Amino acid sequence: MNEKNVIICRCEDVTLRDVIDAIRSGITDMESLKRKLQFGTGPCQGKTCIPLVEKVLARELGKKIGESGKITSRPPESPVPFGIFESSGEEK
Amino acid sequence: MREISKHPVLSFERGKRIKFLFEGSPVTAYQGETVAMALYRNGIDVFSESPKLHRPRGMFCAIGKCSSCMMRVNGVPNVRTCILPVREGMTVERQKGLGEKPSKAVKYPPPVIREEKVAIVGSGPAGLSAAITLAENGVAPLIIEQNPRLGGQLIKQTHKFFGSERENAGKRGIDIASEMIESVKKAGVEFYLNSTAFGFYEGKTLGVFAENKLLKIRSKYFIFATGAAEKMIPFEGNDLPGVFGAGAAQTMMNVYGIKPGENVLMVGAGNVGLIVSYQMLQAGINVKAVIEAAPKIGGYFVHAAKIRRFGVPIYTSTTIKKAIGERRVEKAVIVSLNKKFEEIPGTEKALDVDTICLATGLIPSVSLLAQSGVRMKYVSALGGYVPLRNKYLRTSLPNVYVAGDITGIEEASTAILEGEIAAYSILSDMGKDVEKELSDAISELSELRSGPFGAKIVFGMKEVQYE
Repeated sequence: MNEKNVIICRCEDVTLRDVIDAIRSGITDMESLKRKLQFGTGPCQGKTCIPLVEKVLARELGKKIGESGKITSRPPESPVPFGIFESSGEEK
Repeated sequence: MREISKHPVLSFERGKRIKFLFEGSPVTAYQGETVAMALYRNGIDVFSESPKLHRPRGMFCAIGKCSSCMMRVNGVPNVRTCILPVREGMTVERQKGLGEKPSKAVKYPPPVIREEKVAIVGSGPAGLSAAITLAENGVAPLIIEQNPRLGGQLIKQTHKFFGSERENAGKRGIDIASEMIESVKKAGVEFYLNSTAFGFYEGKTLGVFAENKLLKIRSKYFIFATGAAEKMIPFEGNDLPGVFGAGAAQTMMNVYGIKPGENVLMVGAGNVGLIVSYQMLQAGINVKAVIEAAPKIGGYFVHAAKIRRFGVPIYTSTTIKKAIGERRVEKAVIVSLNKKFEEIPGTEKALDVDTICLATGLIPSVSLLAQSGVRMKYVSALGGYVPLRNKYLRTSLPNVYVAGDITGIEEASTAILEGEIAAYSILSDMGKDVEKELSDAISELSELRSGPFGAKIVFGMKEVQYE
């Protein structure tokens, strides 16, 4: 399999090769992997990629999913325009 | 070109024709469809170019979850076109990479705060049944739905439901959806469509992008009925336009009357893969093969028999190796697997297909819950991380309830019951006398799960249910 042709994170263009290389270089928890590769940080916030990375990591380490940490979910969970936060004043 | 002309079950009521601009040229659409559907109907597969590798991308999930369909609309980047209704004269452009900032400053109206008794996120079978139950008992909830229609995935289920003792058995999902939507409207339940819940703060406030502004919903109780998202699997070319979730293909066909392709490879022979394959045949689409990585078919025998009657081969112990194509799928390479799920060299076979559908499972959509610290556990039998809850469907936050696929991947009939249970639990907590209704719904649900196909769910539930 040409792992460079397998897309894990669409938003940030992270490939399966990138994920495997990072894990084999010694990065073995979800949060550090995310910081290194930036998957899950795009507009969709990891809806496709996080479960895929969890699987690859578990397989590479011979562990169960959930044993290598978890990505923290933060707002905005889906893409929304930032301008809505800028408008001043609050109405009832 | 991609319109379904004849269908044995559905008749498509298409809205009046309108025009919008795509890359500067006019495109004809039907009022009531989404931008992505209008483009796809007109033969446009590529919606964007990926940021670093410059790969062509199109839609994948078609229900606003995966964000693969994002484009630049009226000068604003990162708009999910699969859930955005078309408007006369709008301008739509392919997005390059992460998108450039809006061409001119957009001014949004000030935020609005709403105080509610019960807010329901999602209007699929679980959300609707919760809303109906609450309304019938004198509590008016507010529904938030990110798609342009109520009904969640029920609005595309053209097959008849099983379950001999259930009152809905023998009915088609689409008809159950119509009835539920009518009940919700009749009861005067308020709902926001095209509205994205993006943040859940301290279990008290829901941030929503609705009617072009920020809506802060402060509610005493919340019911999360956010459903699930389709799973992607790793294979070469897995992001090529023409690779769709099976559910996306179903949305295209059964909601919008659009053919996802002419020649299809279905990946996964669980119930979703089998049912969607059959629905493709009904829509006049050629299903070249159904493949399944496991050594046997996962779905019901009757569904498999139906597509075999059409001469569609089902290959078990087989997976997809590669999607090939320049701007869209032109071929798929499949490969046999041994008992350890390893590829057997030399067994590769190329299929002439323009579409690859993935029916490889669903993942509960729990991330909003996680933002408020609701306790979760990874349970493979339930599809992924799911919230811990008691039998009343209350999570680790006492005012936050869950119902439907967010609790674990099941089906519409169980989602409807879970919606009722969550609603009765809240009513009971409010001091209403609904103990009998609540316990009846709980026993009905466990009865529904008592069959062989419920065993996996019951097993998974033990991991996350507390007293």
